[in-house]
Amino acid sequence: MPRRNDIESILIIGSGPIVIGQAAEFDYSGTQACRALRDEGYKVILVNSNPATIMTDPEVADVTYVEPLTLETVAEIIRRERPDALLPTLGGQTALNLSIELDEAGVLDEYDVELLGASIESIQKAEDRQLFHEAMDRIGLKVPESRTVKNLEQAEELAAKIGYPLIIRPSFTLGGKGGSVAHDHTELKRSVLGGLDASPVKSVLVEKSVAGWKEFELEVMRDLSDNVVIVCSIENVDPMGVHTGDSITVAPAQTLSDRQYQTLRSASIRIIREIGVQTGGSNIQFAVDPEGEGFYVIEMNPRVSRSSALASKATGFPIAKIAAKLAVGYSLDEIPNDITRATPASFEPALDYIVTKIPRFTFEKFPGTAPTLTTRMHSVGEVMAIGRTFTESLLKAIGSLELDPQDITPRLDEPNPYRIFAVFEALRAGMDIPEIFAKTQIDPFFIASIARIVAGEGSLSGAWSREDLLEAKKLGLSDENLAATSGTTTEVVRGVRRALGIFPTYKSVDTCAGEFPAQTPYYYSTYETEDEVERGENPSVVVLGSGPNRIGQGIEFDYACVHASYALIEGGYDAVMVNSNPETVSTDYDTSTRLYFEPLTAEHVLEVVRREKPEGVILQFGGQSPLKLARELEEEGVNILGTSPDAIDLAEDRSRFGRLLTDLDIPHPRYGIASTGAEVSEVAHDLGYPVVVRPSYVLGGRRMEIVYNDDDLDLYIRSSISTSPDHPTLVDEFMEDYVEVDVDAVCDGEDVYIGGIMEHVEEAGVHSGDSSCVTPPITIHRALLERIEDYTRRLAFGVGVVGLMNIQFVVRGEDVMVIECNPRASRTVPFISKATGVPLAKVATKVLYGEKLRDMDLAGSTEGHFSVKAPVFPFDRFADVDPLLGPEMRSTGEAMGIDRTFGGAFAKALTAAGQTLPESGRVYISVANRDKRAVVLIARAFADLGFEISASEGTADVLTNNGLPVTVVPKIGELGEDVLAAIESGGVDLIVNTPWGRGARTDGYLIRRQALTHGVPCITTLAGATAAIQGIESKIRGGIQRVNPLQALYTAKA
Amino acid sequence: MEYGPRRATLVLEDGAVFEGKTFTGEGEVAGEVVFTTSMVGYQETLTDPSYRGQILLFTYPLIGNYGIIPGDDESRKVQAAGVLVREYTPYHSNWASEQSLASLLEEEGVVGVEGIDTRALTRHLRDRGAMRGFISTAEHDSNVLREKANAHPSMLGLDLASTGSELTEPTLLPAYGEERCRIAALDYGVKGSIYKELRSRGASVLAIPGSSSAEEILASEPDGVFLSNGPGDPAALNEAVDTLKPVLGEVPTFGICLGHQLLGLALGCKTYKMPFGHHGANHPVRNLETNRIEITSQNHGFAVREESLPDGVELTHRNLYDGTVEGLWSPGLRTWSVQYHPESSPGPRDSGYLFDDFVESISEKARA
Repeated sequence: MPRRNDIESILIIGSGPIVIGQAAEFDYSGTQACRALRDEGYKVILVNSNPATIMTDPEVADVTYVEPLTLETVAEIIRRERPDALLPTLGGQTALNLSIELDEAGVLDEYDVELLGASIESIQKAEDRQLFHEAMDRIGLKVPESRTVKNLEQAEELAAKIGYPLIIRPSFTLGGKGGSVAHDHTELKRSVLGGLDASPVKSVLVEKSVAGWKEFELEVMRDLSDNVVIVCSIENVDPMGVHTGDSITVAPAQTLSDRQYQTLRSASIRIIREIGVQTGGSNIQFAVDPEGEGFYVIEMNPRVSRSSALASKATGFPIAKIAAKLAVGYSLDEIPNDITRATPASFEPALDYIVTKIPRFTFEKFPGTAPTLTTRMHSVGEVMAIGRTFTESLLKAIGSLELDPQDITPRLDEPNPYRIFAVFEALRAGMDIPEIFAKTQIDPFFIASIARIVAGEGSLSGAWSREDLLEAKKLGLSDENLAATSGTTTEVVRGVRRALGIFPTYKSVDTCAGEFPAQTPYYYSTYETEDEVERGENPSVVVLGSGPNRIGQGIEFDYACVHASYALIEGGYDAVMVNSNPETVSTDYDTSTRLYFEPLTAEHVLEVVRREKPEGVILQFGGQSPLKLARELEEEGVNILGTSPDAIDLAEDRSRFGRLLTDLDIPHPRYGIASTGAEVSEVAHDLGYPVVVRPSYVLGGRRMEIVYNDDDLDLYIRSSISTSPDHPTLVDEFMEDYVEVDVDAVCDGEDVYIGGIMEHVEEAGVHSGDSSCVTPPITIHRALLERIEDYTRRLAFGVGVVGLMNIQFVVRGEDVMVIECNPRASRTVPFISKATGVPLAKVATKVLYGEKLRDMDLAGSTEGHFSVKAPVFPFDRFADVDPLLGPEMRSTGEAMGIDRTFGGAFAKALTAAGQTLPESGRVYISVANRDKRAVVLIARAFADLGFEISASEGTADVLTNNGLPVTVVPKIGELGEDVLAAIESGGVDLIVNTPWGRGARTDGYLIRRQALTHGVPCITTLAGATAAIQGIESKIRGGIQRVNPLQALYTAKA
Repeated sequence: MEYGPRRATLVLEDGAVFEGKTFTGEGEVAGEVVFTTSMVGYQETLTDPSYRGQILLFTYPLIGNYGIIPGDDESRKVQAAGVLVREYTPYHSNWASEQSLASLLEEEGVVGVEGIDTRALTRHLRDRGAMRGFISTAEHDSNVLREKANAHPSMLGLDLASTGSELTEPTLLPAYGEERCRIAALDYGVKGSIYKELRSRGASVLAIPGSSSAEEILASEPDGVFLSNGPGDPAALNEAVDTLKPVLGEVPTFGICLGHQLLGLALGCKTYKMPFGHHGANHPVRNLETNRIEITSQNHGFAVREESLPDGVELTHRNLYDGTVEGLWSPGLRTWSVQYHPESSPGPRDSGYLFDDFVESISEKARA
């Protein structure tokens, strides 16, 4: 069927800020879809509140709204843009749910917007467990016995009937949020009550558990002509019971015979037809009996998903792009396969390699939560690796994880993030395969493969022959692995390997196992006889990506890398991307001239460099992962473009940097460097409390704390990693009550371009990634801003920055001090680029290949609008964690709000971050003693805005003394409705709670957890409260501008 | 390359050398080297008589993962002459498997070689066409091996079908359940699944040797005739083609793979040897009548030339990869055929309707 000509404009909804369960994969799919639809000549209207996405770049869609993903906002966009159609299947669960809301609210009918891809009916059939179960019954497929319940009694009845273990899944939630397994009545009670709370429709599915069964996923595509293809099969190494997002997975399926596989394939086709997904991709999950023919259908996602992004990267079949084309009428056979160009998309990719995905966790940032994996997703990112054998692909994937050995705490007995390492250890200790299987239910195929690795580790001894070393490399062992098992250094292994002439070859991902010539250069390394890279004569530049998403290093860095590739291609270079993260736009084979899907380790990067012979390597865009390779690459003679490794070191080494600041006459907080625990406390006493303590060279404020007294410092010294001359601890004077300011700038060695200045909403002490910020600044005098700009220039030249840099300042009164300088892309680069219309990373890339700032048109401005960035936290997934802001970063993503006023922009950003400010109702205030004075005006402002005020006893006293009408809420545990009960009963619409004291289980902690559970916005700083008042005021007084596209914002300025 | 005790060398007729190690023991074998891109189903593929005498190269790099499963064989023995894989999986894992692939190959004396850069070999064959090769674990001199490869008969003009069948005398295979019709099936090296598909639809199958005469074919007064798949060049089977001519029009006839080619030849079409054939489980084929696309299981090195289709013969299916003929229909003679494998095994089960249609149409006649 040909392209539809009866529609002209299409609305695409993105997935909003990065949260656990919904990450960069939807930027990848959304960007592909926008491009595909524009290529077809449709007008694409996009809405997404996440500025760190490529899809929200103004060139990607015709009209781009960086606005909150709420019913009201999107309805307003529809009113304004009158799209002919809405494509709801590319923005994850967020877009799907929002589309249902738009339908239910009558918006789609009112404005005659056609839903493409999937009808409301089919979405509901797939999403509503009961309807899904009925649908599966109709086509004779089994689902685990289950029932949707609305209360505990119903769950108990079912448990009595079908027995334990049971899985409890709340309806309509992200990433299996709220899902858990119950083995007895106590667990059932907790799970069901928690699940009812988590479900927006207050129902949970109680289901027979098939924990321990094998788990498979199939990625299915269907077109309007009812052609169906299976793009990829995926086998989970971790059996049922672990959320698939948290499982190690392998593509294609490894342990099914043809008959067993075809049974699942045929079932998938029946399922997509029965559910009625008309066009596009779906993901179907199966549980397969490890001991017989039986299998269950677990669930179906009627949209592109994390797994479909993985399947696209694993096969070279661009699911989202094809899905977009199918949605506008094409059939699969009318769409060419990009990679072969000679064959149509109506086929099933054949792989001649093995793909392994391993999730990346950050439990270490949430002490108090046991690192145990369940049906609820906890990982924040993932890596993918490609190898010719499972062992090679597994080892490459493990190498891509960039784990800190200190965080690895493997346990074999229950699912946990490091269980794969426990399997290695058990085998090394001599445990046999059946025993490990009995403990883990991991299929013996995988355990036996790991046993081969373990055997291989031990086989190299004495003088290495070429044959032995080659075997080890074919197995997938890295130089680093070999160095560790043979007690030498990586450099020695590398030297021996080179001397023996052992180098990897690069093979293509071509969708067809070599049957047809591939046109798209998408490569992976392996030790074989033939290399397929078609290098050509054009000069190339290698861009190192940012590896797995994790807290502190997220999609923002991938955004910068993608821009680097675009700028290189614009400049006439072959852009060569090296990255290991399957979720991202950077690993789309379309983004760069050549893509090497490889771990970001020195070994793999050096080999790519050896193969490519590039003009240079760019490592300042990918965050710490590439940056930490700088020295080693330089020593190996690699030309690093931009800021030199020595300059990077100058900025990162506290002593060198301190001396530089003194030389440049730039004020900075006092600091000290301690090599022993005793020195830490000595330095702290010298500086005077409070101090900031942290290990040197950390990412995302890892193990960084603000310490107010000796007791806390002792605790820090004892609980944190040991301090040594090699791993010193940095102690800084803490600049209490200062305002923090971030600057992103580009330097070409002759000029400095200030990309933007951002003022933090929260006071200094909150990690810059976790604080809200606004640009342009709102409370800083012009003279101070000029001084900030002056210091930025001095530092840029002083450090020797060429390319991007980020500087953090603190400001109070007349003081401006520098606290940190990072000569690399920062997390705020995409935000600033969106706020000003100047794509900073692209500008920086051009500088790296020799263009001068003075020759560029850098007419960005923030005139007429304020932009606010608000972080999003995963606290709701980590039980028993205090949702407080601090120096250790814990946010997973951010949302952006743009408006004419700061208040409006702040309110929009908070709404987009899921913390919608109320416009009326009751605010509960409970603050620390140090904040009692300042809270009075805040409370009065709330009262003036029409809020009823309730407060804890102490805070209430102060407010009453100041003439404010206040209801006193009893302390937790006292008679009457205490604050926890009030939150639960809906009697609190907003909470202002500043922390005091330390440790878990304080009242403040319980209040914050309760707020989180019930979705009540909770503000934990007075600065945040002040900003919230401005936001609420904007909302009430109608000060918020209606929706406004980015394109209009930039045109307005020009 | 390592030259350990298990060293095995493959040399192609053009002199290309690929080194590996045997995972089945010592041996030597010659044959045409063909690659299959199917990612599962090595057991079905290896026991498929159409691969008889060929050296089978699996592009999927891990082979042996789930062992050998009783009931999944397509014939009583391993038909391929040799097996080339990237990595053999020694620890197989599947509840249904009762044997490892290596032990099966050893029992049957078939050489298996691992450690081959199978992708490089595949690309070599893709660019230069399928060719003969010689595997040896004893001799490693590439010139010697090349000569041996060249001494092996070329596939072109090779009649393998006459000896492709395991069948020596007519054998009745009753329908599963109630009999709806009776089929005389000419066995040129049939895949067992085809008979299962027919029988499960209510057809009793009288399997007869491919060398049967027209009289023998029609002796049982069948409601329909089936022409099986099989190995080798159809153009070498003049006798078989001549045998078919008087049958056509007498009884509705359905052919698969080699059966399709023979039917085509009997109808007056021409066949030719393809550069490297179709071997895999992912080829899209369009049903020209319904316009629907089937993902098909394929295994053939020869094809019917489209330009040679005479009047009265219609093209029903077309391969979307290279546009080749995938199905024929002669309305006047009530014969139809497909080049691909609707019985799958291994492969997708998108095309089972062809068996439905065949059995349905001849059952109607049987009732009438």
